[in-house]
Amino acid sequence: MTDTPAPRHIPDRLDKPFSSAIFSWEALLVAVAVAIFAVNSFASPYFLDAWSLSDLTFNFTEKALIAFAMALLIISGEIDLSVAAIIALASTMMGMAVQAGAGTPVLVAIGILVGLGCGAFNGLLVTRLGLPSIVVTIGTMSVFRGIAFIILGDQAYKGYPSSFAFFGQGYVWWVVSFELALFLVAAVIYWFLLHRTSFGRRVFAIGNNPVAAQFSGVRVGRVKFILFCLTGLMAGIASVLITSRLGSTRPSIAQGYELEVITMVVLGGVSILGGAGSILGVVLAAFIMGLVTFGLGLLNVPGIVMSIFIGLLLIIVIALPIVWRRVRRERFT
Amino acid sequence: MKVLLKYREVWLLAAIVVLIGLISMRFPGFANPANLRQVFNDTSILMILALGQMVVILTRSIDLSMASNLCFTGMVVAMLNAAHPAIPIPLLIFITLLVGLVLGAINGLLVWRLNIPSIVVTLGTLTIYRGATFVISGGAWVNADQMSPDFIGLQRAAFLGTPVLSWIAILVIALFFLLMTRTALGRSIYAIGVNPTASVYAGIDVGRTKFIVFCISGMAAGLCGYLWISRYVIASVEVANGYELNIIAACVIGGISIAGGIGSVGGAVLGALFLGIISNALPVINISPFWQMAISGSAIILAVVLNARGERRQGRIILKKAEAA
Repeated sequence: MTDTPAPRHIPDRLDKPFSSAIFSWEALLVAVAVAIFAVNSFASPYFLDAWSLSDLTFNFTEKALIAFAMALLIISGEIDLSVAAIIALASTMMGMAVQAGAGTPVLVAIGILVGLGCGAFNGLLVTRLGLPSIVVTIGTMSVFRGIAFIILGDQAYKGYPSSFAFFGQGYVWWVVSFELALFLVAAVIYWFLLHRTSFGRRVFAIGNNPVAAQFSGVRVGRVKFILFCLTGLMAGIASVLITSRLGSTRPSIAQGYELEVITMVVLGGVSILGGAGSILGVVLAAFIMGLVTFGLGLLNVPGIVMSIFIGLLLIIVIALPIVWRRVRRERFT
Repeated sequence: MKVLLKYREVWLLAAIVVLIGLISMRFPGFANPANLRQVFNDTSILMILALGQMVVILTRSIDLSMASNLCFTGMVVAMLNAAHPAIPIPLLIFITLLVGLVLGAINGLLVWRLNIPSIVVTLGTLTIYRGATFVISGGAWVNADQMSPDFIGLQRAAFLGTPVLSWIAILVIALFFLLMTRTALGRSIYAIGVNPTASVYAGIDVGRTKFIVFCISGMAAGLCGYLWISRYVIASVEVANGYELNIIAACVIGGISIAGGIGSVGGAVLGALFLGIISNALPVINISPFWQMAISGSAIILAVVLNARGERRQGRIILKKAEAA
């Protein structure tokens, strides 16, 4: 064999100087999180308690699980507004199974499979028919939740088996709930998938330029289809958790979650235009949203007022780097 | 005839006629003019909102905050009316337009000056405006007995046999029609949606035009704030919760492309009417109202599938093989 030159190492991204690490999105989020944490611990004596902090995580784990998959979907330039409706439909199906006498393993399987099926349906409409995902998922949102309403009307399913309660109410170890453990595991898996695999690189490539990605041999349609399936799957898992935590199903379950999930993703620094974002950012955003709602809750601030803070936080955190860049540019030129 | 068939509004109109025909088979009274006028009146608010949303969507933006804007402005005028019944209704309508305009302008400024994508801005203001409604009202409701008779009665008063609410809707439709077909602003709005870069070279201030469309959608939402509250005679934080997606649904069914640049006043009106007919028809033909959501969802998907033909704007595929892969 002839000598082959050693493969040239092409870095995946350039090393960043320390200064840019300080001004990175994630650093900004950490600063916000620390600030909120500090304010909360001063404001309420009940905040700094292991069990309080454990309760806090229930505020965001379910939404964050969906947010991971949603982050990938948004990075690829698509969006799914039907996730909350998927939760409702999956929960309704689980409720029907309970009436038919299904046991816990069957319930979990039904929840997850219904989620996956709904995601695949969205994915087919978007990739096979080439429709804009924002409109398709507004439609499927009404269809999925509409089916739940047709089945349930103004009734509710109850009577879930007691072993089913573990997923939403159980603890794995000390104050670590099953939901929190699942959140951490999912965070690692999605971090690996997005930042350490070629699949993740493809997702970024598609988001930056779908046409160029197509010509570079990326199967754009297939990748997007997989992402829709993943998002549906996570919504199915979230449905199992929520149903288990509440112990009942109404067709209005998880109403409005889709916008909260997207807020979480955008707050986490994922570009709504696609092509940029990180899982770490989403994890931090999830914590920030949990901290804000829980901290304000301890101070007896009503939920609707908290939403003002979340909304302001979203706009300010997005606006800050833009204003900052503009100020710097004006100073140097 | 062939020329007519090219317009999707014609197809939508045909679909609506077929729909009314089908409903009449189950319930003959549905198609009589008095009932259709009632349906139009019921849909007036959605039509005005859909028109406001339309100009935003045409510029490749979206306004998710319209329902929250409506809720806030509605609460403002309801509280004003409850506290000072002497304030004349025309002044209240002016206030509702003004408050809506300010809320819309906030969206517009953030989009224009900071270049934040409109979906993010309005996702934020969606929660902020509704939260602000809670703050100004303290969570309390304004009930029918606190509102003055004029406040409630204006839109119900009949003018030439048709309620004032319908006349307001007709006026708004006419204004939007003039705006979109007879003014430079209307042309700019279409131009930006079709090709923002080319618009800049054509001398259109894209940012400023986007600011203006958000002001328009804000004013439309503000006007509907008063109309909604005086129609359903209750002002609370829950008013029109989740309605932002109905507004977008009406636009989508009306053939307004979410990618911008395609859509018309007639489309938005017909899209809203389509949804209005469905919600009015279900009770009279004995279908549980719980079916409504699934039916309108299916209508949205069907509309997108039909509208998608002929508006594909993907990259030009030079290598056919690459497309097949």
